Amino acid sequence: MAANGAPTGLTQGARTKGGIGESTLRPDGVLKVTGEFAYASDMWHEDMLWGQILRSTVAHAEIVSVDTSEALATPGVHAVLTYDDLPTDVRHYGLEIRDTPVLAHGKVRHHGEPVAIVAADHPETARRAAAKIKVEYRELPVVTDEASATAPDAVLVHENRTDLPLSPPTSSGAGGTPVIPHVPHPNIVHRQPIVRGDATAAAGRADVIVEGDYYFGMQDQAFLGPESGLAVPGEDGGVDLYIATQWLHSDLRQIAPVLGLPEDKVRMTLSGVGGAFGGREDLSMQIHACLLALRTGRPVKIVYNRFESFFGHVHRHPARLHYEHGATRDGRLTHVKCRIVLDGGAYASASPAVVGNAASLSVGPYVVDDVDIEALALYSNNPPCGAMRGFGAVQACFAYEAQMDKVAAELGLDPVEFRRINAMEQGTLMPTGQPVDSPAPVAELLRRVKAMPMPPERQWESSEGADVRQLPGGLSNTTHGEGVVRGVGYAVGIKNVGFSEGFDDYSTARVRLEAAGGRPVVTVHTAMAEVGQGGVTVHAQIARTELGVSQVTIRPADTQVGSAGSTSASRQTYVTGGAVKHACELVRERVLELGRRRFGSYHPAWATAELLLEGGKVVTDGGEVLADLVDVLEDEAVEVEAEWRHRPTEPFDRRTGQGNGHVQYSFAAHRAVVEVDTELGLVKVIELACAQDVGKALNPLSVIGQIQGGTVQGLGIAVMEEIVVDPVTAKVRNPSFTDYLLPTILDTPALPVDVLELADDHAPYGLRGVGEAPTLSSTPAVLAAIRNATGLALDRTPVRPEHLTGTAGADGT
Amino acid sequence: MRVNLTVNGRPQEADDVWEGESLLYVLRERMGLPGSKNACEQGECGSCTVRLDGVPVCSCLVAAGQAEGREVVTVEGLAESARQRAGGGAATGARGAESASLDAARRWQAGGTDSQTGENIELAPVQQAFIDAGAVQCGFCTPGLLVAADELLERHPNPSDEDIREALSGNLCRCTGYEKIMDAVRLAAARRSEEA
Repeated sequence: MAANGAPTGLTQGARTKGGIGESTLRPDGVLKVTGEFAYASDMWHEDMLWGQILRSTVAHAEIVSVDTSEALATPGVHAVLTYDDLPTDVRHYGLEIRDTPVLAHGKVRHHGEPVAIVAADHPETARRAAAKIKVEYRELPVVTDEASATAPDAVLVHENRTDLPLSPPTSSGAGGTPVIPHVPHPNIVHRQPIVRGDATAAAGRADVIVEGDYYFGMQDQAFLGPESGLAVPGEDGGVDLYIATQWLHSDLRQIAPVLGLPEDKVRMTLSGVGGAFGGREDLSMQIHACLLALRTGRPVKIVYNRFESFFGHVHRHPARLHYEHGATRDGRLTHVKCRIVLDGGAYASASPAVVGNAASLSVGPYVVDDVDIEALALYSNNPPCGAMRGFGAVQACFAYEAQMDKVAAELGLDPVEFRRINAMEQGTLMPTGQPVDSPAPVAELLRRVKAMPMPPERQWESSEGADVRQLPGGLSNTTHGEGVVRGVGYAVGIKNVGFSEGFDDYSTARVRLEAAGGRPVVTVHTAMAEVGQGGVTVHAQIARTELGVSQVTIRPADTQVGSAGSTSASRQTYVTGGAVKHACELVRERVLELGRRRFGSYHPAWATAELLLEGGKVVTDGGEVLADLVDVLEDEAVEVEAEWRHRPTEPFDRRTGQGNGHVQYSFAAHRAVVEVDTELGLVKVIELACAQDVGKALNPLSVIGQIQGGTVQGLGIAVMEEIVVDPVTAKVRNPSFTDYLLPTILDTPALPVDVLELADDHAPYGLRGVGEAPTLSSTPAVLAAIRNATGLALDRTPVRPEHLTGTAGADGT
Repeated sequence: MRVNLTVNGRPQEADDVWEGESLLYVLRERMGLPGSKNACEQGECGSCTVRLDGVPVCSCLVAAGQAEGREVVTVEGLAESARQRAGGGAATGARGAESASLDAARRWQAGGTDSQTGENIELAPVQQAFIDAGAVQCGFCTPGLLVAADELLERHPNPSDEDIREALSGNLCRCTGYEKIMDAVRLAAARRSEEA
């Protein structure tokens, strides 16, 4: 390259490699494959104690007495704390409604609720000491469904419900939106009707009307890295918390008041996160670890085992859904009426927002002008439910896609053709009245997924007989394929991206550019939780693209920088990616200003041309090199911390549900091919193909990985995953990986993916959130394929063998 | 009790081991080798898979005392054991991973230029293939999958897809949907046959 200041052509090779659009590899990949990446459960301190939580053995009961004396007297035990030991009057926390006790007070409301905490010098000592705590319960009747929740003599889950609004937003942290529920019964957390047009009048124009009732089971995030963290007491009376979470600042806002500490004395650092999927949005052991550390003056580590993990985080809301669709003979939808009842369990968690999503996305990606919708979430004594990938849209998609198949069948139309006729497109109004103002390629995604080549029939068959490994039932050698039939099913879904309903959904990034060792170096610092999705990869790509510097370091996420918002709702590449881009742009402006001051007199282009940073140099848009970045910077570091926001949204009207509540929508379509052994009642998914619009694939490799991962979580809920709660006692029956079934590599088929990139002009680089949409449509596609194979109606997830063999009970279980 | 075993080619001993402690606990908490992961601790997920005298096992199901006098290879020793298999010269002892101490956690930074981060770190072919194929997301299942995949490829250098699925069926992954894990094992096998 030419010397500083001398004009020259910029060669192709000077473009900074590793920018957006390339499949650059994970910066944490080497550490993760060598076992050196420090996950939260790997944290270690030489003086540390181990924390253990004692949990309720019953779902609903008054606590008559708690006797900790024997536990406290156990050698090796350093502290045993109950509700009475909490240091301040703030003894509850919550994402939207502060209704969750740090430790149970007076009563327990669900199986597994934390009652007491122990710190000891060995995890087994802590477990045994916790088992010595004597808790006397007086059991209460349980609320387990809508009927028991709203019966005239119903027990109130929250007898003195006040719905404390959250504190207003602070400069350092994320604020909350005060929630004042508009509900018909205290056992209903939140309710959102949506009325547009006149559904009843429209029904009069329908040639066919199809009704359906559906049940969606309780799914668990089942991230592999258990809830864990290490709290270290500070010399200043504060505490340092190393924690696996999805949103550091949201945790901080909930933790600090309970500890009675100002937020700057609770210093949080993200430790390695082994998956999240929504299950780490709520607090788990954060406050418990801090309380024990502050009480004992020693570092305290808490690591859940898998059993405890099933009690320690919220699950996906199980749902009962009733739908009515009408259509004319030529295949046009006339109206949709639906009612969605979500079971929120004992505490609110994210239920209000899940209700908003379920309601506003309940019609799916279709044009329907006349709708009558109601969605609500119950308080019950079932396990608390909250965020999980797809967030309310998943349950609705399962039901409306089943309905679309039923209506198509009633009309004698091909199910894909029927969807295509009704597919929304750019400009379509949502049920909320909000126009979809970016590409909505619903028909195109369906066309693409249908056009993919089909897997060969009866692949397992050869001249030597059947390869049983490929059959439903697999290695168990229970059949040689005699009763196997194939089916094909399609589904498509719509998911909102980012936080909705007027939430101030901002992010913050600090970007620093300096010369080090004769090279320009960029440091990016955000509080974004990397939970496996690959945000750290794309942040480096964005910095390279914007600043033309190949050497980018991503600092660990902590609360020493402003909030990044949550790693959820498919929002981080959009919002924190947007913040990194924005901060880089501000850095670039300052660098160019510096350059003008230092070198402006050498070349007129400094004053007149559009200038870029490429390949470590300042160049004109024509490719002329004006200066090396290291010469412009000299000893100066340019650092900017900036917040960034997407377009604002607004709340839905409480009565009509009208309002521009969402930021962006993403769309995915699936085709499932299944083989069902009708004798055994076993399903094998042969192939699950996906077509998805991602706006712009910042990292194609990561995009495909997200789509495939989301697809398989949808497969899981279709055929195996369900937390089973006893309907009489409200106790969880299967809190283990032995009894809660997850798809293995043997249950998972080939997952071809077709990625479409239609830019959303409102989003950074045109991108569209990716992670959630594929979880929506894969479940109904699999169900549709099983119905296609068997001719059975199948109105619940997951489909189990007894549903296929006709041996299930009347309640479907 | 005291337990003596060889871990990644290096003799190790642990004192004051409680009889109920698992091999996984001793590796992670007493020997500073946290690479083997604690996802379910009931033998269902495979995240803690190590090789015990060459055989893949869930280390959470092995009592520490059962490992007395035996050879254990963990993810931390995969690169060295692959190097030795490839005839890479005298064993100098596997590179012992640093304990994931607080300092290590504080020091962690995603630096460098992506894949080049590990330029100076010797990886087993299957480790590199997992990175290249995008088979690592949150990475919690990765150590167990790597140990299982490495053993498969040693036993069966050109596995069919059914062979791969069967060999890895004891390892849960919640992030990837497994397709990229399939890609990684296929890639490792293909690279190996190219070299041969």
